[in-house]
Amino acid sequence: MPEAVAERAYEPVIGLEIHVQLSTRTKMFCGCELSFGEEPNTRTCPVCLGLPGTLPVVNAEAVHYGLMIGLALGCEPAPRSIFHRKNYFYPDLPKGYQVSQYDVPLARDGRLGEIRIHRVHLEEDAAKLVHTGASGRIHSAEASVVDFNRGGTPLVEIVTEPDVRSAAEAAEWLRLLRVTLRRLGVSDVNMEEGSLRCDANVSLRPAGETTLGTKAELKNMNSFRFLERGIDAEIARQEAILRDGGSVVQETLHYDTRTGALSSLRSKEEAHDYRYFPEPDLVPVAPTEEMLERARGALPELPAERAERLERELALAPDAAKLLAFRTELGDFFEATVQAGGDGSDPRAIANWVTGELVANLGDTDPANSKVEPAALAKLVALVTDGAVAGSAAKEVLSALVAEGGDPERIVEEKGLGRAGEDELGEIVERAMSQQPEAVEKVREGNEKAIGAIMGLVMRETKGRADGAEVQRLIRERL
Amino acid sequence: MSDDVLDLSAAAAGARVQAGELSAAELFSAWRERAASDDLNAFLWLAEEGPEGGDASSSPLGGVPLAVKDLFCTEGVPSAAGSRILEGYRPPYTATVVDQLRKAGAPLLGKTNMDEFAMGSSNENSGFGPVKNPWDDTRVPGGSSGGSAAAVAAGLAPWAIGTDTGGSIRQPAALCGIVGLKPTYGACSRYGMIAFASSLDQAGPLTRDVTDCALLFSHMTGRDPRDSTSLEFPGEVALPSAERLDGLRFGVPPELSGEGIEPGVREVFDQALARIEELGGEVTEVALPHSNEAISAYYLIAPAEASANLARFDGVRYGQRKGHGDLLSMYEETREQGFGAEVKRRILIGTYALSSGYYDALYGRALRVRTRIADDFRSAFEKVDLIVTPTSPTVAFGLGERTDDPLAMYLSDFCTVPMPLAGIPAISIPGGMSDGLPVGVQLAGPAFSEPQILDAAYALEQAVGFDGSAARHA
Repeated sequence: MPEAVAERAYEPVIGLEIHVQLSTRTKMFCGCELSFGEEPNTRTCPVCLGLPGTLPVVNAEAVHYGLMIGLALGCEPAPRSIFHRKNYFYPDLPKGYQVSQYDVPLARDGRLGEIRIHRVHLEEDAAKLVHTGASGRIHSAEASVVDFNRGGTPLVEIVTEPDVRSAAEAAEWLRLLRVTLRRLGVSDVNMEEGSLRCDANVSLRPAGETTLGTKAELKNMNSFRFLERGIDAEIARQEAILRDGGSVVQETLHYDTRTGALSSLRSKEEAHDYRYFPEPDLVPVAPTEEMLERARGALPELPAERAERLERELALAPDAAKLLAFRTELGDFFEATVQAGGDGSDPRAIANWVTGELVANLGDTDPANSKVEPAALAKLVALVTDGAVAGSAAKEVLSALVAEGGDPERIVEEKGLGRAGEDELGEIVERAMSQQPEAVEKVREGNEKAIGAIMGLVMRETKGRADGAEVQRLIRERL
Repeated sequence: MSDDVLDLSAAAAGARVQAGELSAAELFSAWRERAASDDLNAFLWLAEEGPEGGDASSSPLGGVPLAVKDLFCTEGVPSAAGSRILEGYRPPYTATVVDQLRKAGAPLLGKTNMDEFAMGSSNENSGFGPVKNPWDDTRVPGGSSGGSAAAVAAGLAPWAIGTDTGGSIRQPAALCGIVGLKPTYGACSRYGMIAFASSLDQAGPLTRDVTDCALLFSHMTGRDPRDSTSLEFPGEVALPSAERLDGLRFGVPPELSGEGIEPGVREVFDQALARIEELGGEVTEVALPHSNEAISAYYLIAPAEASANLARFDGVRYGQRKGHGDLLSMYEETREQGFGAEVKRRILIGTYALSSGYYDALYGRALRVRTRIADDFRSAFEKVDLIVTPTSPTVAFGLGERTDDPLAMYLSDFCTVPMPLAGIPAISIPGGMSDGLPVGVQLAGPAFSEPQILDAAYALEQAVGFDGSAARHA
């Protein structure tokens, strides 16, 4: 092997194709309600079963959602987008073709974060095949049955430009996309349940070059973890081939989430000729100014914008801003708390309490559904900032708020959690020092760690009403 | 009940029911009995009983029963589109136009034979045997709506509906000596019509005379929320009453009336032109320069759409299923055994025309020709009001005569194919006889000009005075 090949550094070039199940009430081309685990084949009608003579009719709400996604991703909506038929035989495809969009998609040329968006288009989901037998896969199945409940569910496909450079970046960007779509309220965006699916096109090229290498398409990575692992595995596989002086073959790969192995589904030669042609049963989608206005009007502040605003206007740290922006319900509660606190509130302190203690207490629960009122949290944070309540006592107050709700000042009063005064604290410190003469001696000899035993006693006695730094100061004064 | 009720036109019979002179139930059973005497293989299924309840005397169509081409889905009733692959299939819903006509007072009499999936011009491609022409039972009735045309011509049904993709209403109407209208694309809902070529298929009436045609058509139109390509018909479709054609300009395209038209047909056509002039109409020549390419474009576009439309017949959900328990053999055997030769031929042509590397040269080019044909008509209608041509270049040909020569069969559509490519309406009415067989004359107009076409056809019909009673031999 020539030395130069072995030493060469390779740059991964990754493009993502994301399928998003829309959470409209009804299917893409018929009036059937969407299915959430109903008995198989109970959410079907002649249209989504592809019975002879039936015709599709576009779901206006799906177009609306599609436009919202396109606009949120900064894309240009097409004046007249066209549906095509994508032809192939498979039992989960009742018409023998999927109605999708091809050369004139709903919207194109946008950007989310650092990644450019190539296109956004509408299509219908396939039905679900269920294979009986141990493996659950089609090979070795004893029999296969079709559940058409999912068939015809509206999908939006989002295709990025090949702007992603690593598996970690892919996962990070997909998280941004997911939280953006969730904020739009257009999908459940659940990867495990398949309402958000991601395929990746991966190729490698010598670092610094601009031409694209031969790509492989990875399918079936149904979590962020698997997306990252799958892409990493594929980068390693291609790099090994190139270092050996070989060349990558264009193919579609299946990622086995149990073994982490990549297996070939089909090569370029076996690739389908989908024989796309314009769907004659549908007219073009020509969004009116009213439709565009409605879609624009439905766009909330998106997570990336919100994070930027929280950093800029409220001087939050980037991580806190991002966490609050990406978890909309936390961001909303945070902003309500800042507002309730009025002019004197400290947004950074409130952000710390929301992203720290509140999340620790509530887990995934929306704080708006908890007993903690934004005004109560604002008051509690103010008590801490003003020095009226020590940090550890404040945590106890918050637990009480989570459990019972109420007014923090009253809780402090009732539970006696107010900060211990200097006289009271001084007495407690002296009592503790007299009970720990050996520790006092060691500290005097320069063993700093020994102070912990005295402090422990004081903190136990004050039940968290004292501030650690203050206690330490009082001990040192009495040494 | 005497047989003379069955000699009445559908409109006249309906008027008697409305006047209380005739009961709709009696009318239905008389027609039911007559239909059961079918010896032409025109019907594939007959209703056992008439509709229950409802007062037909107050309905606009007066309870006159309707023969329906087999490709219209009718709930609980066999609807196989003439194909073995759908043998025994009973849909769970009814096509919009059939439903509209039933509600307007035209109950289902029976389902009529047809070329399999409407692919054919002779009805010989039916999976259930050919239909015979009532004028001469050694000849074809035309196709694909051959069963509907033969049933009406033979007096087995008062009226019928069919579908026209490249001439499938007009050509059999011409060969059987009746009236057939292909409406403007979008005028009638396609919902529930088992699709052949979606951008071309239109439902329309096949009737004894122009008045029946207008009456039936007036209840078939309308925007259907289940069909995105359907449109509200602008204006009224009234019963025609024109006696003269004064001031109307009729264009004769040499491309569709010269070469390839057999002399007997040309003779009847010339007589029709003379009648038009006698009625005050002006006859001029008008060019449709791209119509010579219409057959080629049609036989790429229609099969391309059909190749996708027929992909759903895979044995998974309905109809016939064959094979040995694995996916590939199920697909292959179901389709190998279920489809006839002509259907397979068109699926192959269509699949090829859409294939990567051939799409632009075949399907794409056909679409460009289609645009030119539509442009031809548009400029023609700046010079004339209606276009007049023979409907079929020949009279009814012999059974088996063209079955081995698909190209000759395809050419029998060359007068009728340009109009659906342009989406415009056209009617065929009997113009006279040639060698004891009827000859059809076609009138075409711009989109949604059905009222004008029907009026002109009515005036011409009165002048021609065609007598079709010889074919009603039951």
